[in-house]
Amino acid sequence: MIRVALPFHLQKLAKIDGEVELDVPGPVTQCAILDALEARYPVLRGTIRDHVTQKRRAFVRFFACEQDLSHDPPDTPLPDAVATGAESFVVLGAMAGG
Amino acid sequence: MSGVRLLVGTRKGAFVLTSDGKREQWKVDGPHFGGWEIYHLKGSPVDPNRLYASQSSAWFGQLIQRSEDGGKTWEPVGNEFVYDGVPGTHQWYDGTQHPWEFKRVWHLEPSLTDPDTVFAGAEDAALFRTSDGGKTWRELPGLRAAKGNLWQPGAGGMCLHTILLDPSNAERIFVAISAAGAFRSDDAGQTWRPINRGLKSEQIPDPTAEVGHCVHRIAMHSARPGVLFMQKHWDVMRSENAGDSWNEISGNLPSDFGFPIDVHAHEPDTIYVVPIKSDSEHFPPEGKLRVYRSRTGGNGWEALTKGLPQSDCYVNVLRDAMCVDSLDQCGVYFGTTGGQVYASADAGDTWNAVVRDLPAVLSVEVQTLP
Repeated sequence: MIRVALPFHLQKLAKIDGEVELDVPGPVTQCAILDALEARYPVLRGTIRDHVTQKRRAFVRFFACEQDLSHDPPDTPLPDAVATGAESFVVLGAMAGG
Repeated sequence: MSGVRLLVGTRKGAFVLTSDGKREQWKVDGPHFGGWEIYHLKGSPVDPNRLYASQSSAWFGQLIQRSEDGGKTWEPVGNEFVYDGVPGTHQWYDGTQHPWEFKRVWHLEPSLTDPDTVFAGAEDAALFRTSDGGKTWRELPGLRAAKGNLWQPGAGGMCLHTILLDPSNAERIFVAISAAGAFRSDDAGQTWRPINRGLKSEQIPDPTAEVGHCVHRIAMHSARPGVLFMQKHWDVMRSENAGDSWNEISGNLPSDFGFPIDVHAHEPDTIYVVPIKSDSEHFPPEGKLRVYRSRTGGNGWEALTKGLPQSDCYVNVLRDAMCVDSLDQCGVYFGTTGGQVYASADAGDTWNAVVRDLPAVLSVEVQTLP
């Protein structure tokens, strides 16, 4: 199972508490995880990536295995540790001060 | 006993404020959607417990929420706002053409007859409509055909912020856009034309251009929908002919810059504005928060100050943050960027702060309940 950690606002929106566990078929990529996530929680469509272009929203980031994967092509296979569920795929909002 | 429900959108969530017909004691419920910007909430005129809210954030984009119980509980509905066809381009800050990009919904206007039909005013400026209670939204692209390539964003963004539905003519809709101007459709939104003749804006290259004016708000009285009132970037204006032409009615206002304008529920010639010092200093003149009322449809204005701070007040009142109820003694309400919501139960003669420390208020709507 793939583990996905969502930021506070998206957890509230999807009415979940803690990490999400997803069964992701085929190669485990950003795109495959987000497809599975949005299929389970349709309310998240448009909040992480654009409805039409499927591009990551500017202030959303993807981390895993202590790496920033935000700029990787969405079809790039993710690290084995994410694919095996040993590590979470982290979706988070960029930090903002003020 | 009749009562009122205020729907308050703020930078950090939505609040629902309720009171009985006396409008002295208030119950504050919220925040709903804490941490999100709530640009606007509005209820259906035919089903007052059906509410819609525009929820957005720079991080996670746009959501639309719907309530069936007057704001006690909410459910997200559709949030896919896609411009019709190839979106085309509009004027950009550097004089080049820039593609239309959806950013957020500024204003929601439920139909006067169908609770499932709602119009949404978007940034970048466009008009969307749902007829299934918000599940799906489709653009009315004829609006952007009204010289959209010449529209340009103001400092606050290129937003469609005002939607007026003519209660006497289901085919007629008015909208206002910053910085493009006012527009009218006489065929239920299929085709549009600019209605900006008589406006004069020294801040644009051609002060009397057909489009490009920074209209901040327009308002009408439901019993006299051909008469429109406008708070422009500078100048308060009036039209006697559904926007075909406009005349200035700023009269003796201490400043004719401001954002909201509204009309008394029972007196079509009684109107309200909140003068702001200037486009460079978005706060009340002399640090005195004053609503100005005209009982003559403009030109002659009186300051309403009782209960409002008359020293050291430097808040702003945004364009969607003023409204009136329809109780016998007309109530007037407005919210400030300092988080205060003020209410008057006597048409503006006296004011009280309903709440003082909300996040910056973006919008205030009132529902008059049976």
